[in-house]
Amino acid sequence: MAEAHAAPMVHKDYHAAKMGMWLFLFTEILLFGGLFLLYASYRAKYPQAFHAGGQTLDVFIGGLNTVVLITSSLTVALSITALRRGELVRCLWLLAFTVACAGAFMVNKTIEWSAKFHHGLIPGSEHMLQLPQGQSVFYGLYFAMTGLHGVHVVIGASVLVWVMLLIKKGKVTGGDYVVLENAGLYWHIVDLVWIYLFPLFYLIS
Amino acid sequence: MTDTNATTMHDAPATHGASHGEGHGADHEHAPLSYRFLLFIWIGLMCLTVITVGVAQIDLGFMNIIVAMGVASLKAALVIFFFMHLKYENWIIKGMVLTAFIILAIAIGLTFVDVGYRY
Repeated sequence: MAEAHAAPMVHKDYHAAKMGMWLFLFTEILLFGGLFLLYASYRAKYPQAFHAGGQTLDVFIGGLNTVVLITSSLTVALSITALRRGELVRCLWLLAFTVACAGAFMVNKTIEWSAKFHHGLIPGSEHMLQLPQGQSVFYGLYFAMTGLHGVHVVIGASVLVWVMLLIKKGKVTGGDYVVLENAGLYWHIVDLVWIYLFPLFYLIS
Repeated sequence: MTDTNATTMHDAPATHGASHGEGHGADHEHAPLSYRFLLFIWIGLMCLTVITVGVAQIDLGFMNIIVAMGVASLKAALVIFFFMHLKYENWIIKGMVLTAFIILAIAIGLTFVDVGYRY
């Protein structure tokens, strides 16, 4: 009885915590939503340039990154089940795998961006400004949107590492797992944005 | 766990009505999704990814973007409802998410009306 009495004193509100996370995610959706709007209106204005720009992107690397992110989304979802079932070691391995996927995603991104830089396509460079307007808009949006998304990948992975430490310390447990769930929600949003970025940039040729 | 549940049940009629003791921790939550079920969702997402890449190789004109966005939205729905657990949340969170997407749809829809008639 004493235990049951102590529980409300901690004052943890599972539903409020989740609701707060969703509210934050809405701001993320609107942040990327604004960029998707820019994309849509410029694509309507420069259809040929976007078409040509899409052809210069590597569908294989883009597709590989899609597979990597969707798989990492799966392993986060699995880790929540593992934690709630008390399978701590499995949970930590699943999260480690997720963070490794984030690393793989960023390595692929670096390869892609390096290739673009090699061709003189550097954001803000003279070369990019001298391109026909449609192309410079396409690459500008490409760097801005995949760049902002990449920042989110790094933040999401860092949050997951932090949650792994909390799980190791016993501060996030099978009975009190909302921190892992919320970190997972953030990771899924990162995946969600990529689900739209991939066809819009890589598959329009 | 049994202890907390018992207390929750006593409290429930007075404070929480029909909902079974919200805010007392997570022990009353929906059972965790099984590994097998989550794996099926992943397989579905992979199949849809293959479909988008495949369809993009065929020239369908204007339909290409419609199909690509349709498949992407189907993938998004799978992620949101199952990986993000929305299907099992209460109606408040469901309503909030619906509202956010309606607002996004209005913003995108109105912009398209604007852009479509401008150029």
